[in-house]
Amino acid sequence: MTFFLQQVVDGLTTGSVYALIALGYSMVYGVLKLLNFAHGDIYMVGAFIGYFVLQAFGGATALVAPVAVVLIAMFAAAALGAGLLGVGIERFAYRPLRESPRIAPLITALGVSFFLENAVLLLFGSETRLYSTSSFIPFSTGVHVAGVNISLVRILVVVLAAVLMVGLRVLVERTRLGKAMRAVAFDREAAEMMGIQVDRTISATFFIGSALAGVAGVMAGLVFDQVFSLMGFIAGLKAFTAAVVGGIGNVPGAMLGGLLIGLAESFATGYISSTFQNLIVFGILIGVMLLRPNGLLGRATLQKV
Amino acid sequence: MTRPLLELDHVTLAFGGLHAVEDLSIAVGEGEIVSLIGPNGAGKTTLFNLITGVYAPTSGDIRVAGRSIAGLAPHRIAGLGVARTFQTLRLFVNMSVKENVMAATYGHTSARMWQSVLRTPKARREEREVNALAEEVLGFFSQRLMGYRWDQPAYSLSYANRRRLEIARAMATRPRVLLIDEPAAGMNPQETHEITDLIARLRDERGYTILAIEHDMHVVEGISDRVIALDHGQKIAEGSFEAVATNPLVVEAYMGRGTAVTKG
Repeated sequence: MTFFLQQVVDGLTTGSVYALIALGYSMVYGVLKLLNFAHGDIYMVGAFIGYFVLQAFGGATALVAPVAVVLIAMFAAAALGAGLLGVGIERFAYRPLRESPRIAPLITALGVSFFLENAVLLLFGSETRLYSTSSFIPFSTGVHVAGVNISLVRILVVVLAAVLMVGLRVLVERTRLGKAMRAVAFDREAAEMMGIQVDRTISATFFIGSALAGVAGVMAGLVFDQVFSLMGFIAGLKAFTAAVVGGIGNVPGAMLGGLLIGLAESFATGYISSTFQNLIVFGILIGVMLLRPNGLLGRATLQKV
Repeated sequence: MTRPLLELDHVTLAFGGLHAVEDLSIAVGEGEIVSLIGPNGAGKTTLFNLITGVYAPTSGDIRVAGRSIAGLAPHRIAGLGVARTFQTLRLFVNMSVKENVMAATYGHTSARMWQSVLRTPKARREEREVNALAEEVLGFFSQRLMGYRWDQPAYSLSYANRRRLEIARAMATRPRVLLIDEPAAGMNPQETHEITDLIARLRDERGYTILAIEHDMHVVEGISDRVIALDHGQKIAEGSFEAVATNPLVVEAYMGRGTAVTKG
């Protein structure tokens, strides 16, 4: 039982990270019908930004400010930096191709992905950098319930992810920007003729989606410690899987998909073998696609009359 | 005619060698209701697409209240007071009835996006105003778009109500000129009768200047101050309903050559 609960805790943590990345994937797909393959690399850049902010505060073992301040600075800088990067990518790589056949921005997205990976490789080298989280948030801090160790970092990650997801839900459902986003997602041209500023709405969507990926990058650094230029590749693929399993373009779907993939991965590792982790994750993708091609929460696309 | 609010000045739209609209000049006076008729493919909807900025004219100018709007982005043209409905309904069916109307108000709100995200007092106040405007606009349709329908998804509405909601959404952009594309298409006689009254009310109670595309000649007769007939992207007749409907060129465009002769 203890072991089972430990897997749940681990799965929810990883799942929260995947869910945050999946949200950005799903939002961008929603407004542009574009699979932004560079999204995983934006997450990687977020992880790097967090790392450098940590170093700027003296590094994991010699922090010159309270841990809370450092963490807030890491998350804020990663969100802002990743958000602006996302806006820039859309502005210069995708917007000129908006009226092109859909394959063109798709290939461009792959190009942007390679560009980001190699730019980081060139600038910061190939070595893996460590957050060394345990040096400033010791493993011993946290909650111990029924023999299960829930470290402070994991609590922080899950709570922050939950807050952000609720916030995003409110934003999409209640605010003006959310309505503009949904209108643009459904019919860009009609939205524009109703006075909605489509370019700005798309920029805002990229900013929010990328900022969430940046936050997820710092979370990944805190939980898994390792930061390297290719870390966005497999995480991006899994988040994409999460978005598709949940129903791409659908905000609650991305959250559900992310948590599901995280839990599946954790149980696969715990009960079978970590070797089978990816086999099981992508097996779920295939299974869901066969049974529910629109994803778990996806609706069949409404036919336009 | 009063001062023209909407003017098309020798407008041509060419796709390569094909002239979808050719040297077309139209003026619609403030508070006027003008109907556009013509056979399928005459360029009526293309004309709406030109006025709303989907296409920029190849040559010629389009003016609203004397200001040129040719080549402006659609959202800017909407901001200058031109709104439209669509022949093939293009509601945001993934959103509620009221949200459809609210989404169309944002062209003239002034709160910034970040203010909307952070829900600053200014954004909240504006959101309340937008909500009130949406309810007021929906109220114009009284029984048809009643309160209990406001939070239902747009796809749950009947076909006729979707047409009404398209008009409501256009009204929420605070237009001066309303372009209505086949308002009576697919409606039964009772609904057609209602839409005729509704268009008159849109002018009389809301002060809109209206350019309508319509195929149903009873509706055209019922609503129009003036009728313009198009064929092959050119104006072939203009004037009162009776004058245009009996114009030999118009009859020929609809029926083919020879019909006009046998009619005499």
